[in-house]
Amino acid sequence: MASTRAGVRRRGAATPYLFLTPYLLLFLVFALLPVVLGIWLSLHQWDFQLPNKPFVGVDNYRDLFDSSSVVYSFWWESLGATGIFTALSVPLLVVLPLGLAVLLNRAFPGRTFFRAVFFAPYVLGVAVIGLLWRFLLDANLGLVNRLLGLVGLPDTTAWVTDLPWAWVSLVGVTVWWTAGFNAVIYLAGLQDIPGELYEAAKVDGATAWQRFRHVTLPGLRPVLLFVITTTILASANLFGQSYLITQGAPGTSTRSVVWYIVEQGIAQNDAGRAAAMSITLTLMLAVVSIANFRIFRYRED
Amino acid sequence: MALRRFGLYAILVVLTAVFTVPLIWMVLTSLKSYPDAQRIPSTWLPDPVETYGYQQLLQAGSQNPVLRWFANSMLAAVAQAALVLATASMAAYALARMRFRGRGLIFGLIVATLFVPPATQIIPNFLIVDTLGWLDTLAVIVVPGAASAFGVFFLRQFFLSLPRELEEAATLDGANTWQIFTRIVLPLSKPALATLAVLAFLSNWNDFLWPIFVLFSGDQLTLPAGLGLLQGAYQTDYPVVMAGAVLASVPAIILFVLAQRHIIAGVSRSGLKG
Repeated sequence: MASTRAGVRRRGAATPYLFLTPYLLLFLVFALLPVVLGIWLSLHQWDFQLPNKPFVGVDNYRDLFDSSSVVYSFWWESLGATGIFTALSVPLLVVLPLGLAVLLNRAFPGRTFFRAVFFAPYVLGVAVIGLLWRFLLDANLGLVNRLLGLVGLPDTTAWVTDLPWAWVSLVGVTVWWTAGFNAVIYLAGLQDIPGELYEAAKVDGATAWQRFRHVTLPGLRPVLLFVITTTILASANLFGQSYLITQGAPGTSTRSVVWYIVEQGIAQNDAGRAAAMSITLTLMLAVVSIANFRIFRYRED
Repeated sequence: MALRRFGLYAILVVLTAVFTVPLIWMVLTSLKSYPDAQRIPSTWLPDPVETYGYQQLLQAGSQNPVLRWFANSMLAAVAQAALVLATASMAAYALARMRFRGRGLIFGLIVATLFVPPATQIIPNFLIVDTLGWLDTLAVIVVPGAASAFGVFFLRQFFLSLPRELEEAATLDGANTWQIFTRIVLPLSKPALATLAVLAFLSNWNDFLWPIFVLFSGDQLTLPAGLGLLQGAYQTDYPVVMAGAVLASVPAIILFVLAQRHIIAGVSRSGLKG
Protein backbone atom coordinates (compact mmCIF):
# COMPACT_ATOMS: atom_id res chain seq x y z
CA MET A 1 0.00 0.00 0.00
CA ALA A 2 2.77 2.33 0.99
CA SER A 3 4.60 1.57 -2.23
CA THR A 4 1.62 2.64 -4.38
CA ARG A 5 1.26 5.91 -2.57
CA ALA A 6 4.97 6.59 -2.78
CA GLY A 7 4.86 5.57 -6.44
CA VAL A 8 2.10 8.00 -7.28
CA ARG A 9 3.90 10.75 -5.43
CA ARG A 10 7.19 10.08 -7.22
CA ARG A 11 5.60 10.24 -10.64
CA GLY A 12 4.80 13.87 -10.13
CA ALA A 13 2.48 15.97 -8.13
CA ALA A 14 0.64 17.05 -11.27
CA THR A 15 -0.88 13.62 -12.04
CA PRO A 16 -3.97 13.86 -9.79
CA TYR A 17 -4.77 17.32 -11.06
CA LEU A 18 -4.43 16.17 -14.68
CA PHE A 19 -6.93 13.39 -13.97
CA LEU A 20 -9.29 15.86 -12.33
CA THR A 21 -9.07 18.71 -14.83
CA PRO A 22 -11.65 17.66 -17.45
CA TYR A 23 -14.32 16.98 -14.85
CA LEU A 24 -13.44 19.99 -12.69
CA LEU A 25 -13.78 22.26 -15.71
CA LEU A 26 -17.36 21.07 -16.21
CA PHE A 27 -18.00 21.15 -12.48
CA LEU A 28 -16.73 24.70 -11.97
CA VAL A 29 -18.62 26.18 -14.92
CA PHE A 30 -21.93 24.32 -14.70
CA ALA A 31 -22.28 23.29 -11.04
CA LEU A 32 -20.32 25.69 -8.83
CA LEU A 33 -20.46 28.91 -10.84
CA PRO A 34 -24.29 28.73 -11.04
CA VAL A 35 -24.49 28.73 -7.24
CA VAL A 36 -22.35 31.88 -6.99
CA LEU A 37 -23.96 33.50 -10.00
CA GLY A 38 -27.41 32.72 -8.61
CA ILE A 39 -26.63 34.68 -5.45
CA TRP A 40 -25.21 37.55 -7.50
CA LEU A 41 -28.22 37.63 -9.84
CA SER A 42 -30.60 37.66 -6.90
CA LEU A 43 -29.10 40.95 -5.75
CA HIS A 44 -29.68 42.68 -9.09
CA GLN A 45 -32.60 43.76 -11.17
CA TRP A 46 -31.68 41.54 -14.08
CA ASP A 47 -33.50 41.72 -17.39
CA PHE A 48 -31.76 39.82 -20.20
CA GLN A 49 -32.89 42.43 -22.69
CA LEU A 50 -31.94 45.61 -20.85
CA PRO A 51 -28.40 47.01 -20.83
CA ASN A 52 -28.67 48.27 -17.25
CA LYS A 53 -28.77 45.68 -14.53
CA PRO A 54 -28.70 47.74 -11.35
CA PHE A 55 -27.76 46.40 -7.94
CA VAL A 56 -30.87 46.34 -5.76
CA GLY A 57 -29.63 44.70 -2.56
CA VAL A 58 -32.20 42.42 -0.98
CA ASP A 59 -35.17 44.02 -2.78
CA ASN A 60 -35.82 40.87 -4.79
CA TYR A 61 -36.10 38.88 -1.58
CA ARG A 62 -38.24 41.53 0.10
CA ASP A 63 -40.65 41.40 -2.86
CA LEU A 64 -41.31 37.73 -2.10
CA PHE A 65 -42.63 38.66 1.34
CA ASP A 66 -44.27 41.96 0.46
CA SER A 67 -47.93 41.54 -0.39
CA SER A 68 -47.95 44.69 -2.55
CA SER A 69 -45.29 43.38 -4.98
CA VAL A 70 -46.25 42.02 -8.41
CA VAL A 71 -44.79 38.57 -7.80
CA TYR A 72 -46.09 38.03 -4.26
CA SER A 73 -49.34 36.22 -4.96
CA PHE A 74 -47.98 34.08 -7.83
CA TRP A 75 -44.91 33.07 -5.86
CA TRP A 76 -46.88 31.99 -2.80
CA GLU A 77 -49.59 30.33 -4.89
CA SER A 78 -46.98 28.26 -6.74
CA LEU A 79 -45.07 27.49 -3.56
CA GLY A 80 -48.35 26.40 -2.01
CA ALA A 81 -49.08 24.19 -5.02
CA THR A 82 -45.71 22.45 -4.71
CA GLY A 83 -46.28 22.20 -0.96
CA ILE A 84 -49.66 20.49 -1.37
CA PHE A 85 -48.19 18.11 -3.93
CA THR A 86 -45.22 17.28 -1.70
CA ALA A 87 -47.35 16.78 1.41
CA LEU A 88 -49.68 14.41 -0.46
CA SER A 89 -47.15 12.49 -2.55
CA VAL A 90 -44.28 11.89 -0.12
CA PRO A 91 -46.19 9.75 2.44
CA LEU A 92 -47.58 7.58 -0.38
CA LEU A 93 -44.16 7.30 -2.04
CA VAL A 94 -42.56 6.28 1.23
CA VAL A 95 -45.18 3.73 2.32
CA LEU A 96 -46.50 2.06 -0.86
CA PRO A 97 -43.05 1.18 -2.29
CA LEU A 98 -42.14 -0.35 1.05
CA GLY A 99 -45.15 -2.62 0.63
CA LEU A 100 -44.03 -3.51 -2.89
CA ALA A 101 -40.50 -4.23 -1.65
CA VAL A 102 -41.70 -6.49 1.17
CA LEU A 103 -43.85 -8.35 -1.36
CA LEU A 104 -40.90 -8.73 -3.75
CA ASN A 105 -38.53 -9.76 -0.99
CA ARG A 106 -40.15 -13.21 -0.68
CA ALA A 107 -38.71 -16.11 -2.60
CA PHE A 108 -41.11 -17.05 -5.40
CA PRO A 109 -40.78 -17.87 -9.08
CA GLY A 110 -41.00 -14.79 -11.33
CA ARG A 111 -39.73 -12.36 -8.73
CA THR A 112 -37.27 -10.59 -11.05
CA PHE A 113 -39.97 -10.30 -13.68
CA PHE A 114 -42.40 -8.54 -11.33
CA ARG A 115 -39.65 -6.28 -10.03
CA ALA A 116 -38.93 -5.22 -13.62
CA VAL A 117 -42.63 -4.62 -14.31
CA PHE A 118 -43.08 -2.38 -11.26
CA PHE A 119 -39.94 -0.44 -12.15
CA ALA A 120 -40.73 -0.07 -15.86
CA PRO A 121 -42.71 3.23 -15.80
CA TYR A 122 -39.73 4.93 -14.19
CA VAL A 123 -37.49 4.48 -17.25
CA LEU A 124 -39.91 6.62 -19.28
CA GLY A 125 -39.47 10.36 -19.20
CA VAL A 126 -41.94 12.85 -17.81
CA ALA A 127 -42.86 13.95 -21.35
CA VAL A 128 -44.13 10.46 -22.20
CA ILE A 129 -45.80 10.07 -18.80
CA GLY A 130 -47.41 13.49 -19.13
CA LEU A 131 -48.86 12.91 -22.61
CA LEU A 132 -50.01 9.42 -21.73
CA TRP A 133 -51.83 10.43 -18.54
CA ARG A 134 -53.31 13.58 -20.02
CA PHE A 135 -55.01 11.14 -22.39
CA LEU A 136 -55.89 8.47 -19.81
CA LEU A 137 -57.43 11.13 -17.55
CA ASP A 138 -59.37 12.84 -20.36
CA ALA A 139 -62.91 13.26 -18.98
CA ASN A 140 -64.63 11.96 -22.15
CA LEU A 141 -62.16 9.74 -23.99
CA GLY A 142 -59.93 8.60 -21.14
CA LEU A 143 -59.46 5.07 -19.91
CA VAL A 144 -59.77 6.03 -16.24
CA ASN A 145 -63.35 7.24 -16.47
CA ARG A 146 -64.15 4.35 -18.80
CA LEU A 147 -62.97 1.77 -16.25
CA LEU A 148 -64.76 3.57 -13.41
CA GLY A 149 -67.94 3.45 -15.48
CA LEU A 150 -67.53 -0.29 -16.05
CA VAL A 151 -67.63 -0.95 -12.30
CA GLY A 152 -70.55 1.39 -11.76
CA LEU A 153 -68.70 4.40 -10.32
CA PRO A 154 -69.15 8.03 -11.46
CA ASP A 155 -67.48 8.30 -14.86
CA THR A 156 -67.60 11.99 -15.70
CA THR A 157 -64.95 13.35 -13.32
CA ALA A 158 -62.89 16.18 -14.82
CA TRP A 159 -59.60 14.74 -13.58
CA VAL A 160 -57.26 17.36 -14.98
CA THR A 161 -59.29 20.57 -14.83
CA ASP A 162 -61.16 20.51 -11.49
CA LEU A 163 -60.06 20.60 -7.88
CA PRO A 164 -59.46 18.51 -5.90
CA TRP A 165 -59.23 16.00 -8.76
CA ALA A 166 -56.25 17.72 -10.37
CA TRP A 167 -54.27 17.03 -7.19
CA VAL A 168 -55.45 13.43 -7.07
CA SER A 169 -54.29 13.07 -10.68
CA LEU A 170 -50.86 14.65 -10.19
CA VAL A 171 -50.18 12.63 -7.05
CA GLY A 172 -51.59 9.40 -8.46
CA VAL A 173 -49.58 9.65 -11.68
CA THR A 174 -46.39 10.42 -9.78
CA VAL A 175 -46.91 7.45 -7.47
CA TRP A 176 -47.53 5.21 -10.49
CA TRP A 177 -44.45 6.57 -12.22
CA THR A 178 -41.88 6.46 -9.40
CA ALA A 179 -43.09 3.87 -6.85
CA GLY A 180 -40.96 1.18 -8.51
CA PHE A 181 -37.84 3.31 -8.12
CA ASN A 182 -38.24 3.62 -4.35
CA ALA A 183 -39.24 -0.05 -4.14
CA VAL A 184 -35.93 -1.12 -5.72
CA ILE A 185 -34.01 1.00 -3.20
CA TYR A 186 -35.97 -0.54 -0.32
CA LEU A 187 -35.46 -4.02 -1.74
CA ALA A 188 -31.68 -3.58 -1.68
CA GLY A 189 -31.98 -2.47 1.94
CA LEU A 190 -34.16 -5.45 2.85
CA GLN A 191 -31.67 -7.85 1.34
CA ASP A 192 -28.99 -6.36 3.58
CA ILE A 193 -30.87 -7.36 6.74
CA PRO A 194 -29.36 -10.66 7.94
CA GLY A 195 -31.78 -13.60 7.64
CA GLU A 196 -30.73 -14.87 11.07
CA LEU A 197 -32.52 -11.93 12.69
CA TYR A 198 -35.80 -13.14 11.22
CA GLU A 199 -35.06 -16.72 12.21
CA ALA A 200 -34.33 -15.65 15.77
CA ALA A 201 -37.52 -13.57 15.92
CA LYS A 202 -39.52 -16.55 14.62
CA VAL A 203 -38.03 -18.84 17.23
CA ASP A 204 -39.07 -16.30 19.86
CA GLY A 205 -42.61 -16.56 18.52
CA ALA A 206 -42.82 -13.10 16.91
CA THR A 207 -45.77 -12.60 14.53
CA ALA A 208 -45.26 -11.36 10.98
CA TRP A 209 -46.22 -7.82 12.06
CA GLN A 210 -43.84 -7.93 15.04
CA ARG A 211 -41.02 -9.11 12.79
CA PHE A 212 -41.74 -6.20 10.42
CA ARG A 213 -41.95 -3.72 13.27
CA HIS A 214 -38.90 -4.86 15.24
CA VAL A 215 -36.56 -6.35 12.62
CA THR A 216 -37.40 -4.86 9.23
CA LEU A 217 -38.05 -1.22 10.14
CA PRO A 218 -34.97 -0.74 12.37
CA GLY A 219 -32.83 -2.49 9.74
CA LEU A 220 -34.14 -0.13 7.08
CA ARG A 221 -33.59 3.11 9.00
CA PRO A 222 -30.71 4.52 6.89
CA VAL A 223 -32.48 3.52 3.67
CA LEU A 224 -35.72 5.04 4.95
CA LEU A 225 -33.94 8.33 5.65
CA PHE A 226 -32.46 8.29 2.15
CA VAL A 227 -35.83 7.56 0.54
CA ILE A 228 -37.67 10.24 2.53
CA THR A 229 -35.02 12.88 1.79
CA THR A 230 -34.70 12.18 -1.92
CA THR A 231 -38.48 11.85 -2.35
CA ILE A 232 -39.10 15.22 -0.70
CA LEU A 233 -36.49 16.80 -2.99
CA ALA A 234 -37.96 15.10 -6.06
CA SER A 235 -41.53 16.14 -5.20
CA ALA A 236 -40.45 19.70 -4.45
CA ASN A 237 -38.98 19.79 -7.97
CA LEU A 238 -42.39 19.07 -9.51
CA PHE A 239 -42.58 20.47 -13.02
CA GLY A 240 -43.35 18.19 -15.96
CA GLN A 241 -46.48 16.56 -14.54
CA SER A 242 -48.22 19.85 -13.81
CA TYR A 243 -46.92 21.44 -17.03
CA LEU A 244 -48.25 18.62 -19.22
CA ILE A 245 -51.11 16.93 -17.37
CA THR A 246 -53.04 19.67 -15.57
CA GLN A 247 -51.26 22.50 -17.43
CA GLY A 248 -51.61 24.50 -14.22
CA ALA A 249 -55.40 24.18 -14.27
CA PRO A 250 -57.77 25.20 -12.90
CA GLY A 251 -56.37 28.70 -13.52
CA THR A 252 -52.84 28.64 -12.18
CA SER A 253 -53.68 26.66 -9.05
CA THR A 254 -51.57 23.60 -9.92
CA ARG A 255 -48.63 25.56 -11.36
CA SER A 256 -45.57 24.37 -9.42
CA VAL A 257 -42.97 26.70 -7.95
CA VAL A 258 -40.20 25.40 -10.24
CA TRP A 259 -42.41 26.11 -13.23
CA TYR A 260 -43.15 29.63 -11.97
CA ILE A 261 -39.48 30.37 -11.26
CA VAL A 262 -38.31 29.30 -14.71
CA GLU A 263 -41.20 31.10 -16.36
CA GLN A 264 -40.44 34.29 -14.44
CA GLY A 265 -36.68 34.09 -14.99
CA ILE A 266 -36.57 33.15 -18.68
CA ALA A 267 -39.91 33.89 -20.33
CA GLN A 268 -40.61 37.05 -18.26
CA ASN A 269 -36.99 38.24 -18.31
CA ASP A 270 -36.88 38.67 -14.56
CA ALA A 271 -33.78 36.64 -13.68
CA GLY A 272 -33.06 38.62 -10.51
CA ARG A 273 -36.34 37.82 -8.78
CA ALA A 274 -36.29 34.27 -10.17
CA ALA A 275 -32.82 33.74 -8.69
CA ALA A 276 -34.04 35.09 -5.34
CA MET A 277 -36.93 32.61 -5.48
CA SER A 278 -34.55 29.73 -6.34
CA ILE A 279 -32.34 30.51 -3.38
CA THR A 280 -35.27 30.92 -1.00
CA LEU A 281 -36.66 27.58 -2.16
CA THR A 282 -33.26 25.90 -1.78
CA LEU A 283 -32.97 27.23 1.79
CA MET A 284 -36.46 25.99 2.63
CA LEU A 285 -35.56 22.53 1.33
CA ALA A 286 -32.28 22.57 3.23
CA VAL A 287 -34.20 23.25 6.46
CA VAL A 288 -36.54 20.33 5.72
CA SER A 289 -33.64 17.99 4.92
CA ILE A 290 -31.72 18.94 8.06
CA ALA A 291 -34.84 18.49 10.19
CA ASN A 292 -35.24 15.10 8.59
CA PHE A 293 -31.69 14.03 9.45
CA ARG A 294 -32.11 15.32 13.01
CA ILE A 295 -35.33 13.43 13.62
CA PHE A 296 -33.83 10.19 12.42
CA ARG A 297 -30.59 10.61 14.32
CA TYR A 298 -32.33 11.28 17.60
CA ARG A 299 -34.43 8.17 17.19
CA GLU A 300 -31.29 6.15 16.66
CA ASP A 301 -29.73 7.32 19.95
CA MET B 1 -49.95 -22.61 2.08
CA ALA B 2 -51.26 -23.10 -1.43
CA LEU B 3 -53.96 -20.55 -0.64
CA ARG B 4 -51.37 -18.01 0.52
CA ARG B 5 -49.36 -18.52 -2.62
CA PHE B 6 -52.51 -18.00 -4.65
CA GLY B 7 -53.17 -14.79 -2.74
CA LEU B 8 -49.65 -13.53 -3.43
CA TYR B 9 -49.97 -14.15 -7.17
CA ALA B 10 -53.42 -12.55 -7.21
CA ILE B 11 -51.95 -9.35 -5.74
CA LEU B 12 -49.03 -9.48 -8.16
CA VAL B 13 -51.31 -9.88 -11.16
CA VAL B 14 -53.45 -6.91 -10.11
CA LEU B 15 -50.32 -4.78 -9.61
CA THR B 16 -48.91 -5.88 -12.95
CA ALA B 17 -52.14 -4.72 -14.60
CA VAL B 18 -51.94 -1.36 -12.82
CA PHE B 19 -48.38 -0.79 -14.06
CA THR B 20 -48.72 -2.15 -17.60
CA VAL B 21 -52.27 -1.41 -18.78
CA PRO B 22 -51.56 2.33 -19.26
CA LEU B 23 -48.55 1.47 -21.42
CA ILE B 24 -50.48 -1.11 -23.43
CA TRP B 25 -53.27 1.44 -23.92
CA MET B 26 -50.68 3.90 -25.26
CA VAL B 27 -49.50 1.40 -27.88
CA LEU B 28 -53.05 0.32 -28.83
CA THR B 29 -54.21 3.92 -29.24
CA SER B 30 -51.20 4.78 -31.42
CA LEU B 31 -52.50 2.11 -33.84
CA LYS B 32 -56.04 3.53 -34.08
CA SER B 33 -57.53 5.83 -36.67
CA TYR B 34 -58.79 9.22 -35.54
CA PRO B 35 -62.53 8.31 -35.54
CA ASP B 36 -61.71 4.97 -33.90
CA ALA B 37 -59.99 6.77 -31.01
CA GLN B 38 -62.88 9.25 -30.66
CA ARG B 39 -65.41 6.51 -30.06
CA ILE B 40 -67.46 6.71 -26.84
CA PRO B 41 -67.36 4.33 -25.11
CA SER B 42 -63.83 3.58 -26.24
CA THR B 43 -62.92 0.12 -27.49
CA TRP B 44 -59.82 -1.81 -26.49
CA LEU B 45 -58.49 -3.03 -29.81
CA PRO B 46 -57.86 -0.84 -32.84
CA ASP B 47 -60.42 -1.67 -35.51
CA PRO B 48 -58.92 -1.63 -38.04
CA VAL B 49 -55.22 -1.38 -37.16
CA GLU B 50 -54.06 1.91 -38.68
CA THR B 51 -50.66 3.57 -38.94
CA TYR B 52 -52.37 6.96 -39.20
CA GLY B 53 -50.73 8.32 -36.04
CA TYR B 54 -47.23 7.38 -37.17
CA GLN B 55 -47.84 8.61 -40.72
CA GLN B 56 -48.84 12.03 -39.43
CA LEU B 57 -45.53 12.27 -37.61
CA LEU B 58 -43.20 10.66 -40.10
CA GLN B 59 -44.48 12.02 -43.41
CA ALA B 60 -42.04 14.18 -45.34
CA GLY B 61 -42.32 17.91 -44.74
CA SER B 62 -44.21 17.41 -41.50
CA GLN B 63 -44.58 20.47 -39.26
CA ASN B 64 -43.14 18.31 -36.54
CA PRO B 65 -39.85 16.70 -37.67
CA VAL B 66 -40.08 13.78 -35.25
CA LEU B 67 -37.27 11.81 -36.89
CA ARG B 68 -35.01 14.82 -36.56
CA TRP B 69 -35.96 15.16 -32.87
CA PHE B 70 -35.30 11.46 -32.43
CA ALA B 71 -31.83 11.84 -33.98
CA ASN B 72 -31.06 14.94 -31.87
CA SER B 73 -32.05 13.11 -28.69
CA MET B 74 -30.03 10.03 -29.60
CA LEU B 75 -26.93 12.07 -30.44
CA ALA B 76 -27.19 14.17 -27.28
CA ALA B 77 -27.79 11.20 -24.98
CA VAL B 78 -24.90 9.17 -26.43
CA ALA B 79 -22.54 12.17 -26.39
CA GLN B 80 -23.43 13.06 -22.82
CA ALA B 81 -23.05 9.48 -21.60
CA ALA B 82 -19.59 9.34 -23.24
CA LEU B 83 -18.58 12.68 -21.72
CA VAL B 84 -19.78 11.60 -18.27
CA LEU B 85 -17.89 8.29 -18.49
CA ALA B 86 -14.63 9.90 -19.60
CA THR B 87 -14.56 12.82 -17.17
CA ALA B 88 -16.14 11.13 -14.13
CA SER B 89 -13.96 8.01 -14.32
CA MET B 90 -10.72 10.00 -14.41
CA ALA B 91 -11.82 12.30 -11.58
CA ALA B 92 -13.15 9.40 -9.51
CA TYR B 93 -9.87 7.49 -9.91
CA ALA B 94 -7.86 10.47 -8.69
CA LEU B 95 -10.19 10.88 -5.71
CA ALA B 96 -10.18 7.17 -4.88
CA ARG B 97 -6.50 6.33 -5.24
CA MET B 98 -4.28 9.40 -5.23
CA ARG B 99 -3.24 11.60 -2.36
CA PHE B 100 -2.93 15.27 -3.08
CA ARG B 101 -3.52 18.70 -1.64
CA GLY B 102 -7.17 19.78 -1.78
CA ARG B 103 -8.60 16.29 -2.18
CA GLY B 104 -10.95 16.59 0.78
CA LEU B 105 -12.12 20.03 -0.32
CA ILE B 106 -12.77 18.99 -3.91
CA PHE B 107 -14.63 15.84 -2.92
CA GLY B 108 -16.63 17.78 -0.32
CA LEU B 109 -17.71 20.37 -2.88
CA ILE B 110 -18.73 17.68 -5.36
CA VAL B 111 -20.79 15.85 -2.74
CA ALA B 112 -22.36 19.13 -1.56
CA THR B 113 -23.78 19.79 -5.04
CA LEU B 114 -25.62 16.45 -4.83
CA PHE B 115 -27.93 18.27 -2.41
CA VAL B 116 -28.56 21.36 -4.52
CA PRO B 117 -31.94 20.94 -6.25
CA PRO B 118 -31.07 20.96 -9.97
CA ALA B 119 -34.12 23.01 -10.93
CA THR B 120 -32.82 25.93 -8.90
CA GLN B 121 -29.65 26.03 -11.03
CA ILE B 122 -31.55 26.66 -14.23
CA ILE B 123 -31.66 30.46 -14.19
CA PRO B 124 -27.89 30.98 -13.67
CA ASN B 125 -27.08 28.11 -16.03
CA PHE B 126 -29.28 29.74 -18.66
CA LEU B 127 -27.20 32.90 -18.35
CA ILE B 128 -23.96 30.90 -18.62
CA VAL B 129 -24.93 29.02 -21.79
CA ASP B 130 -26.28 32.26 -23.25
CA THR B 131 -22.89 33.93 -22.62
CA LEU B 132 -21.14 30.96 -24.25
CA GLY B 133 -23.40 31.34 -27.29
CA TRP B 134 -24.74 27.81 -26.85
CA LEU B 135 -28.48 28.49 -26.78
CA ASP B 136 -30.35 26.45 -29.38
CA THR B 137 -27.31 24.24 -30.18
CA LEU B 138 -26.44 20.61 -29.50
CA ALA B 139 -23.80 21.66 -26.93
CA VAL B 140 -26.43 23.09 -24.60
CA ILE B 141 -28.11 19.72 -24.07
CA VAL B 142 -24.85 17.73 -23.93
CA VAL B 143 -22.27 19.62 -21.90
CA PRO B 144 -23.87 21.33 -18.84
CA GLY B 145 -25.67 18.15 -17.72
CA ALA B 146 -22.38 16.21 -17.80
CA ALA B 147 -21.23 18.09 -14.68
CA SER B 148 -23.39 15.76 -12.61
CA ALA B 149 -21.77 14.83 -9.30
CA PHE B 150 -23.48 11.44 -9.21
CA GLY B 151 -21.08 9.80 -11.69
CA VAL B 152 -17.96 10.81 -9.76
CA PHE B 153 -19.49 9.74 -6.46
CA PHE B 154 -20.72 6.43 -7.87
CA LEU B 155 -17.43 5.46 -9.60
CA ARG B 156 -15.30 6.54 -6.65
CA GLN B 157 -17.22 4.12 -4.44
CA PHE B 158 -16.66 1.38 -6.99
CA PHE B 159 -12.91 2.06 -7.39
CA LEU B 160 -12.49 2.00 -3.61
CA SER B 161 -13.97 -1.50 -3.60
CA LEU B 162 -11.40 -2.83 -6.08
CA PRO B 163 -8.41 -4.75 -4.62
CA ARG B 164 -5.24 -2.67 -4.77
CA GLU B 165 -2.93 -5.62 -5.45
CA LEU B 166 -3.24 -5.58 -9.24
CA GLU B 167 -2.42 -1.88 -9.40
CA GLU B 168 0.54 -2.38 -7.05
CA ALA B 169 1.88 -5.24 -9.14
CA ALA B 170 1.60 -3.14 -12.29
CA THR B 171 3.47 -0.30 -10.59
CA LEU B 172 6.28 -2.71 -9.77
CA ASP B 173 6.32 -3.78 -13.43
CA GLY B 174 6.94 -0.17 -14.35
CA ALA B 175 3.50 0.85 -15.60
CA ASN B 176 2.63 4.52 -15.21
CA THR B 177 -0.59 5.84 -13.68
CA TRP B 178 -2.32 6.34 -17.01
CA GLN B 179 -1.48 2.78 -18.11
CA ILE B 180 -2.72 1.36 -14.83
CA PHE B 181 -5.94 3.36 -15.14
CA THR B 182 -6.71 2.44 -18.75
CA ARG B 183 -5.43 -1.16 -18.82
CA ILE B 184 -6.27 -2.44 -15.36
CA VAL B 185 -8.78 -0.26 -13.52
CA LEU B 186 -11.19 0.51 -16.38
CA PRO B 187 -11.45 -3.10 -17.64
CA LEU B 188 -12.12 -4.26 -14.06
CA SER B 189 -14.84 -1.62 -13.76
CA LYS B 190 -16.92 -2.60 -16.76
CA PRO B 191 -20.09 -3.35 -14.75
CA ALA B 192 -19.99 0.02 -12.95
CA LEU B 193 -19.17 1.88 -16.17
CA ALA B 194 -22.05 0.17 -17.97
CA THR B 195 -24.43 1.09 -15.15
CA LEU B 196 -23.35 4.72 -15.23
CA ALA B 197 -23.54 4.86 -19.03
CA VAL B 198 -27.10 3.54 -19.05
CA LEU B 199 -28.26 5.86 -16.26
CA ALA B 200 -26.60 8.88 -17.93
CA PHE B 201 -28.15 8.00 -21.29
CA LEU B 202 -31.62 7.63 -19.80
CA SER B 203 -31.50 10.83 -17.79
CA ASN B 204 -30.48 12.82 -20.87
CA TRP B 205 -32.92 11.01 -23.15
CA ASN B 206 -35.79 11.80 -20.76
CA ASP B 207 -34.81 15.34 -19.77
CA PHE B 208 -37.67 17.79 -20.29
CA LEU B 209 -37.34 20.98 -18.23
CA TRP B 210 -33.94 22.13 -19.55
CA PRO B 211 -34.44 21.48 -23.30
CA ILE B 212 -37.81 23.24 -23.51
CA PHE B 213 -36.23 26.47 -22.27
CA VAL B 214 -32.87 26.41 -24.11
CA LEU B 215 -33.91 25.06 -27.53
CA PHE B 216 -36.18 27.10 -29.80
CA SER B 217 -35.89 26.09 -33.46
CA GLY B 218 -38.17 23.34 -34.69
CA ASP B 219 -35.33 21.18 -35.97
CA GLN B 220 -33.08 21.59 -32.91
CA LEU B 221 -35.53 20.12 -30.39
CA THR B 222 -35.08 16.86 -28.53
CA LEU B 223 -37.86 14.32 -28.61
CA PRO B 224 -39.29 15.13 -25.14
CA ALA B 225 -39.31 18.86 -25.94
CA GLY B 226 -40.99 18.06 -29.26
CA LEU B 227 -43.62 15.93 -27.54
CA GLY B 228 -44.69 19.01 -25.59
CA LEU B 229 -45.31 20.77 -28.92
CA LEU B 230 -47.20 17.77 -30.30
CA GLN B 231 -49.58 17.88 -27.38
CA GLY B 232 -50.33 21.52 -28.15
CA ALA B 233 -50.67 20.93 -31.90
CA TYR B 234 -52.76 17.74 -31.89
CA GLN B 235 -54.73 18.18 -28.63
CA THR B 236 -57.24 15.30 -28.57
CA ASP B 237 -55.97 13.67 -31.77
CA TYR B 238 -54.73 10.93 -29.50
CA PRO B 239 -53.41 8.41 -32.07
CA VAL B 240 -50.82 11.00 -33.18
CA VAL B 241 -49.92 12.08 -29.65
CA MET B 242 -49.60 8.44 -28.51
CA ALA B 243 -47.50 7.56 -31.57
CA GLY B 244 -45.09 10.29 -30.47
CA ALA B 245 -45.06 8.92 -26.94
CA VAL B 246 -44.39 5.40 -28.25
CA LEU B 247 -41.44 6.61 -30.36
CA ALA B 248 -39.92 8.28 -27.29
CA SER B 249 -40.51 5.17 -25.16
CA VAL B 250 -39.08 2.52 -27.47
CA PRO B 251 -35.33 3.23 -26.94
CA ALA B 252 -35.81 3.55 -23.17
CA ILE B 253 -37.77 0.30 -22.97
CA ILE B 254 -35.28 -1.58 -25.18
CA LEU B 255 -32.43 -0.31 -23.05
CA PHE B 256 -34.29 -1.33 -19.90
CA VAL B 257 -34.91 -4.84 -21.19
CA LEU B 258 -31.27 -5.27 -22.27
CA ALA B 259 -29.61 -3.56 -19.31
CA GLN B 260 -32.15 -4.19 -16.57
CA ARG B 261 -29.53 -5.70 -14.29
CA HIS B 262 -27.32 -2.61 -14.59
CA ILE B 263 -30.14 -0.15 -14.03
CA ILE B 264 -31.48 -1.97 -10.99
CA ALA B 265 -27.95 -2.37 -9.61
CA GLY B 266 -27.26 1.35 -10.02
CA VAL B 267 -30.50 2.38 -8.35
CA SER B 268 -30.06 -0.13 -5.50
CA ARG B 269 -26.57 1.06 -4.74
CA SER B 270 -27.55 4.72 -4.69
CA GLY B 271 -29.77 3.98 -1.69
CA LEU B 272 -27.22 1.97 0.25
CA LYS B 273 -24.58 4.64 -0.08
CA GLY B 274 -26.97 7.38 0.89
